[in-house]
Amino acid sequence: MARRVLITGLDTFWGGRMAQALESDPDVEMILGMGTHEPRVPLERAEFVRADQTYSILSRIVRATQVDTIVHTFLMTDSTQVSPRTMNEINVIGTMNLLAAAGQVGSQVRQVVVKSSTLVYGATELDPSWFREETARSKPARTRVERSLLDVEGLVRDFAEDNPATIVTLLRFANVLGPDIITPITSNLSRPLCPSIMGFDPLVQFVEETDVVRCLEHVTHHRIPGLYNVAGSGKLPWSEVIAMCGARALPLPAIGTSALAEPLARMGIIELPTELEDLMRFGRGVDTTRLSNAGFTCRYTTAGAVHSFISALRLRRSVGKAPSSYTYEQDVEQFFRHSPAVVNAFKQVGEDTTS
Amino acid sequence: MAASRKSTEQATIASLVPLARRDEPESSDIRLSDVDEWGRSEHMRSIARAAFSPFYRYWFRVEWEGLEKIPSQGGALLVANHAGAIPSDAPVIIHGIEEELGRPVYGLADYFFRRIPFVGTMWSRVGGVTAHPDNALRLLRDQGQLVLVFPEGTKGPSKSYADRYRLRRFGRGGFVEIAMRAGIPIVPIAVVGAEESMPIITRLPRVAKVLGVPYFPVTANLLAFGPLGAVLYFPVKFKLRVLDPVRFDVPSGQERYSKSRVMEEAESIRTTLQEALYDMLRERRSIWFG
Repeated sequence: MARRVLITGLDTFWGGRMAQALESDPDVEMILGMGTHEPRVPLERAEFVRADQTYSILSRIVRATQVDTIVHTFLMTDSTQVSPRTMNEINVIGTMNLLAAAGQVGSQVRQVVVKSSTLVYGATELDPSWFREETARSKPARTRVERSLLDVEGLVRDFAEDNPATIVTLLRFANVLGPDIITPITSNLSRPLCPSIMGFDPLVQFVEETDVVRCLEHVTHHRIPGLYNVAGSGKLPWSEVIAMCGARALPLPAIGTSALAEPLARMGIIELPTELEDLMRFGRGVDTTRLSNAGFTCRYTTAGAVHSFISALRLRRSVGKAPSSYTYEQDVEQFFRHSPAVVNAFKQVGEDTTS
Repeated sequence: MAASRKSTEQATIASLVPLARRDEPESSDIRLSDVDEWGRSEHMRSIARAAFSPFYRYWFRVEWEGLEKIPSQGGALLVANHAGAIPSDAPVIIHGIEEELGRPVYGLADYFFRRIPFVGTMWSRVGGVTAHPDNALRLLRDQGQLVLVFPEGTKGPSKSYADRYRLRRFGRGGFVEIAMRAGIPIVPIAVVGAEESMPIITRLPRVAKVLGVPYFPVTANLLAFGPLGAVLYFPVKFKLRVLDPVRFDVPSGQERYSKSRVMEEAESIRTTLQEALYDMLRERRSIWFG
């Protein structure tokens, strides 16, 4: 059965990557990407609709396009990029509207994939070394991003309960490293001085960015329901990660860390939001047994992810930033997708399978 | 024979097919330290062993009995009595087993260590792991390691000298349940000497509360050695006796076990350990010379 997929956040890192990955899947008949801005990656056949996540628009899109799969990648996990209010708006309200649209009468949606984060486990001294999917957090969430992701997961759980016929997949990704992604961790590791907390050398776990996309694709393609941790195997001490990246540790005092971190962050020397400060103190690991039982293993270990990040960084340092080879031009895109003059390989494949 | 055939086969295939470029090098090539996924570093352990060795040999003059009862491979939960204001039994047991058997030992301890800068990190590097059922299960069942646990918890070291060698309550029997679930034996170890190495005269609960530590002891060592007594043990003679491993005839991997069965087993291990301690004390002529 050919699938019709809706991707949220096509203009964001993960939405764009996911759309690119699904384009080469012959089972997928139509890919529709939503975004507030134009897509930043070249796309062959994914359609783009500029829309924010208000309910009326979402419900019309879901009804009009008869999508059967929703891949919800548009969740903010980086609290340094947006204000708390915007984050709440995007994560909680956006997910609420999306799931409401997916659950409306007459909806064809049969699978919903949500990209969450291991931030929902927090990082405290009471934690087990490896969180299993069913392990509860040790302490209540104290940062906004964690609270908003917990709210999102609550909405997803409610949706799964109300729509037992729909396959609901919730993936909790560890901190991501890779050649292209930018997070507070990658920014810190790119600088000569990387923050750490004096006297603490926590064990951290990463997942490589291509593994993130592969995993999203895997659960979508195989229609795997459930809740999964996604992370590379093994853990590394933070000091070793810093050393692998050729940086030097900037040890912040263990008491009054945030009081000192804040001015440094304002000066642009470090990035240390509260959730990262917790991680720098206690680290975090997740158990990925359930995911490997579902048939998926990450190609990169934690050390491999660090290596992939630093190799790309070294290349960039030598040859400068790679110029973006792609800018979205609406007229050109329209021409390539819809003009009869264009002989499109994918179009032909699509016509062959439908006829 | 089969192995050699296989390797020829692989060699042939490798010579015919251009090998895909490996995107990801082996973890061991790109690692810069030997810190494992629990935070333990064999390098740090060897430094710690070198530093502790004179104390082990000449200060405490440690003597083992029945060391061969500790399995040379596969997981086992080592269970011992716990004593001394800053317990000296943990380093002695871990050092002894690592030296004699060449097997790493992971020590389960209260999460409280993790909060303290430097101490928490050092503790983790020398084999300390937070006492969490998931951690114990992964170490014992999935990785077949030796794990040391003191079921008395902080109740052991915080007791007064008057209560020496009297075992406290064995928690809620969680250690038995973990061993049942992991399907591995429990090996009790009776330790004589730790009690007198740093005896507690009195405790200051208010100071403990302010500092956020489980107990704040005033030790005889502080009176004898002054401030140095905070870290210096009395040179007592250490004797350790490994008791017969306890195996449980229950199916492993169950989520829950009968609480009465668990408590019965925990109580029986506690009694055995207590009797062994009394037995060893009956034989002991001197605190200092054993």
